Amino acid sequence: MSRQSNRTTDNKKMNSELFTLTYGALVTQLCKDYENDEEVNKQLDKMGYNIGVRLIEDFLARSSVGRCQDFRETADVIAKVAFKMYLGITPSVTNWSPAGDEFSLILENNPLVDFVELPDNHSTLIYSNLLCGVLRGALEMVQMAVDVRFAQDTLRGDNVTEIRMKFIKRIEENLPAGDE
Amino acid sequence: MTVHNLYIFDRNGTCLYYNEWNRKKQAGISKEEEFKLMYGMLFSIRSFVSKMSPLDMKDGFLSFQTSRYRLHYYETPTGLKFVLNTDLSVGSARDTLQHIYSNLYVELLVKNPVCVLGQSLESELFSSRLDAFIRGLPYYSPRAA
Repeated sequence: MSRQSNRTTDNKKMNSELFTLTYGALVTQLCKDYENDEEVNKQLDKMGYNIGVRLIEDFLARSSVGRCQDFRETADVIAKVAFKMYLGITPSVTNWSPAGDEFSLILENNPLVDFVELPDNHSTLIYSNLLCGVLRGALEMVQMAVDVRFAQDTLRGDNVTEIRMKFIKRIEENLPAGDE
Repeated sequence: MTVHNLYIFDRNGTCLYYNEWNRKKQAGISKEEEFKLMYGMLFSIRSFVSKMSPLDMKDGFLSFQTSRYRLHYYETPTGLKFVLNTDLSVGSARDTLQHIYSNLYVELLVKNPVCVLGQSLESELFSSRLDAFIRGLPYYSPRAA
């Protein structure tokens, strides 16, 4: 039982193919369980959200990243630290809106889609939509409401895979009700 | 040298965990009231400290001490709050609190899917590991007297 000992030396590396194939099996099953792609997209986002709210704690405990001062710093941490840590890739951060509240993550090679070809009858399926849920859930736990969606996807014929992130608001912390 | 007690609050003010090791004086109110009182004070101190600080802060509120004990405070960016009371000889318990967060809370509770986050914790494994960790601290040695 050395499960929680030496966490710094014990950076469990996993074969990413196992992860990719497991994810593929999940999406396949969802496509069987639900009639339409919209519903599959929704389920993937929901599962991602539930993963994200837990993953953020692991991320903070491992990376010792503190609170971000602005959305630009958040973007950097997501791209350079978090994606690197969990997926082994570093997306580039581009297309900042003038107000600095919107940016895009460009994924050169999305590990989730390594072995995937979308059949024609799934043209509205957002295959990697789990990632949106993960990002949204994790950021919500650090008091940021963010809208996350796929703007482009190589699986659907685009040149790049682009995740668009839009900052909505800061979630304020309140005293629990019933206290004066 | 001793550890008195430990509170863990979530970001909504729910007390997720409480345990005491060497507490000689009880508050004389119910635990629920005590948790509310404690959280309310922490909440006020945080806002007080951030308003009164003449400089931008990095970590914010860290600890306070009275004539008899010291309260150590550690807050994660997700709003989890770890509060440890010790006697005055303990300089900083920051590493201890960080360890409880990253090696016990995250490993045994966050990664345990049946453990519902945001309500009082029921994990035996967490309680016993935490207890063993606290008892193993170099400054844990309650004197019998």
